[in-house]
Amino acid sequence: MDIFLQQVVSGLATGGIYAALALALVMIYQATDVVNFAQGEMAMFSTYIAWTLINAGAPYWLAFVATLVMAFVGGLLIQRLVIRPVEQAPVLTIVIVCIGLLVILNSLAGWIYSYIQKPFPSPFPREPIRLGAVVFGTHDLGAIGVTLLVLLFLFVFFRYTTLGLAMRAAAQNPASSRLCGIRVGWMLAIGWGLAALVGAVAGMMVAPKVFLDPNMMSGILIYAFASATLGGFTSPGGAVVGGLLVGVIENLVGTYVWFIGTELKLTVALAIIIIVLVVKPSGLFGRAAVHRV
Amino acid sequence: MPPLLEVEDLEARYGWTQVLHGLRFAVETGGITTILGANGAGKTTTLRAVCGTVRTSGVIRFDGRRIDGRPTEDLVRLGIGHVPEGRGTFVNLTVEENLRLGAYARRDRDRLGEDFERVYQHFPILRERRRQLAGTLSGGEQQMLAIGRALMLRPRLLLLDEPSLGLAPLVVREIFRIVRVINRDEGVSVLLVEQNAALALELADHAYVLETGRVVLGGPPAILKQDDAVRRSYLGY
Repeated sequence: MDIFLQQVVSGLATGGIYAALALALVMIYQATDVVNFAQGEMAMFSTYIAWTLINAGAPYWLAFVATLVMAFVGGLLIQRLVIRPVEQAPVLTIVIVCIGLLVILNSLAGWIYSYIQKPFPSPFPREPIRLGAVVFGTHDLGAIGVTLLVLLFLFVFFRYTTLGLAMRAAAQNPASSRLCGIRVGWMLAIGWGLAALVGAVAGMMVAPKVFLDPNMMSGILIYAFASATLGGFTSPGGAVVGGLLVGVIENLVGTYVWFIGTELKLTVALAIIIIVLVVKPSGLFGRAAVHRV
Repeated sequence: MPPLLEVEDLEARYGWTQVLHGLRFAVETGGITTILGANGAGKTTTLRAVCGTVRTSGVIRFDGRRIDGRPTEDLVRLGIGHVPEGRGTFVNLTVEENLRLGAYARRDRDRLGEDFERVYQHFPILRERRRQLAGTLSGGEQQMLAIGRALMLRPRLLLLDEPSLGLAPLVVREIFRIVRVINRDEGVSVLLVEQNAALALELADHAYVLETGRVVLGGPPAILKQDDAVRRSYLGY
């Protein structure tokens, strides 16, 4: 039972990170119908920026906030400079552009920072927290907390601010949004910025566990895809629930199914993607696309 | 007083097909102008040209200033409210959110309370349904919502694209009555595009007839009603 609880909590911690990245994917998909394959590398690159700041002597939380700001601006610029010129192009073109972005960011990070793994600090104390016989990693609990805070911030932003409302409107109905005076292009750019910000949080929370290197996010991106697919690519809330579920499922299957262990964990993510697509392609909370004809 | 909206030599095309051939018309300040015409005459395109959602050539003046070629988002800020064909409702947002979006371009957003009140007075049903998703409204209610959304802008000019389309006659009557009230009490000028010529001529103080992208007739409704061709083609008697 203790092992079970421990695995669930650590699953929720990694799940929170999948959830954040999945949410970033869903935000962009909702607004532009594009799956941003570079989301993970954008998060990785942001984490390197945080690493640079911390190494230069900045206190952790200052570096954290500065990184979020830079990630936001970076995401915004990527949309304006790289994505916007191909906005009207077929989906495949945009996918290739995103994959190109992935390769560029990955190589750039390798070129600047080398491919050698670097330790990344956790802002939380090292001592684990004991509750009876159960031991929780403090970083795990902290990561859950930080992720939930970010999600809460996004929820409040989209739900209660005029800008958030305008962004939802622009994603749903660009033509009517223009008639309301909403500058749709900028809304999309801000969406990319916010997605990059959320991804940066995921990167900084996962780096202490997996070490920082340019390929750090490639596996996590696949988990994020699994999460978004499970929750439904059309549902931000679903992406979050999907992320937490995938984190927990992955841990439990790794612990209790003897032939999977840690080596085959990633396969679980791929299996989830396939099972969801076969059984319920719209995901748990997604809406199937309906068109009036 | 010069007209609020003045259009000269307006041309528009979709790809290779030219749909407007040198239109000339005006909307007086505080007036209601209607453009009649059959399907495909270019009515909707004319409205789209005025609010900058299709590429055009020619001159469009709003309040004496050239506005042709300017982006839609800027025209909204000048006070041009467009109720588009098919209503353009944000179906996955609530009624209240739809109305809030209507006021997005306003600078004095702190004074929205009275505007909500005004719209709810015109359309009491919207108040009842304000927490409902707009997609769950009936066609007539969605049309009211679309007009309400445009009113939240406090527009100087309201562009109405076939508000009667697909609605029951009683609902249409009600909507036209409210358009008249808005025009009379709030001084909003109206450019109305309509297939229901009888109703439109009753409401308007100036009318144009559009045929395959050309204005073939223009004048006060009383004169147009006596025109034999108009009677046969649009009024059906």
